[in-house]
Amino acid sequence: MSFLNTLRPGGRHGLSSREARDPIGLAVAAVNRLAQSDFIDRVGLRKQAEQMVFSTTRSGFRVATAAGRTFARAGGRKAGERPASATSTGLFDLTPTEDEQMLVDVVSELASEVLRPEAAGANEECAAPEAVLAACQEVGLSGLGVPEALGGIMEERSAVAGALVAEALARGDMGLAVAALAPGSVATAIALWGTDAQQQTYLPSFTGSEAPAAALALAEPSVLFDVLQPATTALRDGQEFVLDGVKSAVVRGAEDELFVVGALLDGKPALFLVESGAEGLEVEADPSMGVRAAALTRLHLNGVRVPAEALLGDPEGVAYAECVRLSRLAWCALAVGTAQAVLDYVTTYVNERVAFGEPISHRQSVAFMVADIAIELQAMRLVTWKAASRAARGKDFGRELALARQLCTEKGMKIGNDGVQLLGGHGFVKEHPVERWYRDLRAIGVMEGAVLV
Amino acid sequence: MINLETPRKQRALIDQAHQLAMNMLRPISRKYDRAEHEYPKELDMLAALIDGVSETGATGGAGASGGRQGGAKAAEKKEPRDPDAVRNGANLASVLSIAEMCWGDTALLLSMPRQGLGNAAIAAVASEEQLARYEGTWAAMAITEPGTGSDSANITTTATKDGDEYVLNGEKIFVTSGQRADSVVVWATLDKSLGRAAIKSFLVRRDNPGMKVERLEHKLGIRASDTAVITFTDCRVPAEDLLGSPEVNTKAGFGGAMATFDNTRPLVAAMAVGCARASLDLTRDLLERAGITIDYDRPAQVQSAAAAKFLQLEADWEGAKLLMMQAAWMADNRKPNSLEASMAKAKAGRVGSDVTLSCVQLCGTLGYSETELLEKWSRDSKILDIFEGTQQIQQLIVARRVLGLSSAELK
Repeated sequence: MSFLNTLRPGGRHGLSSREARDPIGLAVAAVNRLAQSDFIDRVGLRKQAEQMVFSTTRSGFRVATAAGRTFARAGGRKAGERPASATSTGLFDLTPTEDEQMLVDVVSELASEVLRPEAAGANEECAAPEAVLAACQEVGLSGLGVPEALGGIMEERSAVAGALVAEALARGDMGLAVAALAPGSVATAIALWGTDAQQQTYLPSFTGSEAPAAALALAEPSVLFDVLQPATTALRDGQEFVLDGVKSAVVRGAEDELFVVGALLDGKPALFLVESGAEGLEVEADPSMGVRAAALTRLHLNGVRVPAEALLGDPEGVAYAECVRLSRLAWCALAVGTAQAVLDYVTTYVNERVAFGEPISHRQSVAFMVADIAIELQAMRLVTWKAASRAARGKDFGRELALARQLCTEKGMKIGNDGVQLLGGHGFVKEHPVERWYRDLRAIGVMEGAVLV
Repeated sequence: MINLETPRKQRALIDQAHQLAMNMLRPISRKYDRAEHEYPKELDMLAALIDGVSETGATGGAGASGGRQGGAKAAEKKEPRDPDAVRNGANLASVLSIAEMCWGDTALLLSMPRQGLGNAAIAAVASEEQLARYEGTWAAMAITEPGTGSDSANITTTATKDGDEYVLNGEKIFVTSGQRADSVVVWATLDKSLGRAAIKSFLVRRDNPGMKVERLEHKLGIRASDTAVITFTDCRVPAEDLLGSPEVNTKAGFGGAMATFDNTRPLVAAMAVGCARASLDLTRDLLERAGITIDYDRPAQVQSAAAAKFLQLEADWEGAKLLMMQAAWMADNRKPNSLEASMAKAKAGRVGSDVTLSCVQLCGTLGYSETELLEKWSRDSKILDIFEGTQQIQQLIVARRVLGLSSAELK
């Protein structure tokens, strides 16, 4: 890109394209560019950097995807194994099953003992520590959405268990939760929509001890993005599909060995299994406002060729639409967990912080903000649970999910905002986690894909 | 097992309530909004119909008096149950059927014979003997005084023991169905110096010569429901009409009288949920006729502003409804629910106003005009964020519970 081009407004440096630079402005901008000597240094290092370790803290850094394992082809073309839908007693009930409760207890401990202590560091590093991911793998997160018959741990459709686990993990840290849940999300997608061959080829590695990093790539970096109309395209070419486009919010893209990519096929959105290392596949660091521990990246697909068997689910958009909904559901659950973390934290803080001779919690303007957090959080939780429960029972849950997403987006962000506000200046500095939750909660409603229950 | 649907065994009851609301309340909704203070005579037949259905047991104990803790005792005798088994009982049936009736008309629901808030109070605190004696009564509720609203511990109406009678003196305002009901549950203090512990409730019959309906209020909404000012002048009440225990236990405090609210707050939340859904249902239909359908899969920001607004309203409404169901479900399962009852009331109260007022805005002058009921619902909903504890009182209760603070610490 030419020097003058970089000075042209239009999204760059937050300037809208309506801004115009006059001659003095141009001169000032040019001087400023020269002054950024370390930038020049970095440009000079660009070639060598290709050999450096991929760092997601640095945006615009692009490398080929990881040279992943070879997934041994297995299985036939028949339909895959499907988890059975949960059945209902017909009773209104807010009690998790014993199995779900056990899972939640284990994951809650993981969240408070492992995720929370590592959260601040992982946010700085833009990476999830191996030890955290290993601990999550050990409790079987990757096999959560995989039926027992395929080596997983669930006897029936596990959307409720998945939502409860995501909520519990995010109470520790949303970024790490996303990093830990991403591979299981891909496994769940394969369990739900894969053919026998796709399941036999990929699922054994997810339920084994060395689960691959994997990501569900549905989002794209464009304004007014509609996930049901991705700009990424899939064209048929003989026995292959050719994929072109850019996906964003791809969790741990540099480590991933398998991607599920959303692309438009014959005018309808569809899912494709893309193994890392494919020709034309590049990953670019895309550090964002929050969820930084998930090492978000952009995935560039330039004429990537995949076999006909790479199509996951139907080409009519049915599996794709369900995938979008289940992914949004996971984000809702993450919002609930993070909002709960905010409530826990501010409750202690406002009771301990003294101003004008008494705890600030004794003032209605403070106490009522906490009350509102508690009220809206519980509403978010119930609406999310309702959608999850319908999904698990195989009922249509489009409406319930949309309402959960709306509520979690709006109220979740308000809770994040109020969380910082209640701590005042202390909320603005990194000594306290509320500023991280503020950044993380903005992800809700923005994100598509990445996680799925 | 987590499931937030309408209980399967209560669906028939809810459908029935919906049909009643549609076919008996809606046709007379505007009529009694205009004819304030006129007795809705159609309700007598409806009440008889409801009593008839109740006797068959088909209502599952729904209604104002359904909220008695352990009210499902009769059912238990018939079929012994696992005490740990999840229960969907009278509390859930009540909130769900009241929401349906208020989808029809909130003011008419409030005017329903024998379904007064006083009945809920009786159900909550009366002894078994009293419960039997008051069967079939239509009881209004008198708490608020001209100088005492939300701080109900501060009431000045007095009750003085005289032989085996109490003598009541004072003035009560905002008594719903105060003129129509055949009895009134009155809050009075036995000794103001003993504070809230000395506040007791008394059942006063309408024919008591010491009780007088002074006037009926002219209101913003729920105009079909009469709201009375009642005075008590040397009003003599038999001692056995003191509800619950006559003991003044300063340690137990306010619990007895306040327990009523754990029962009635989810009911008021249900009224807001029902009223707001009337607005949502009609607005969705009017928007569709204008070519705007709500797409639940596409992001709100790529849809029309009206559709995006509707999604926001519906999401808030869903949250309010589920909080309401949670509070009732907890009561059915004998879990303490003061916090959840206040959460439900707070959320449903403000959502009721936001939804009904926003629907008027979405529909323009059509919504504002009396040709549709949208403007009426946005007037009716306002009281639901006020009576049985205002929005601010609910927030105070929730805040104290969440923060673990006493009323002396968080005033």
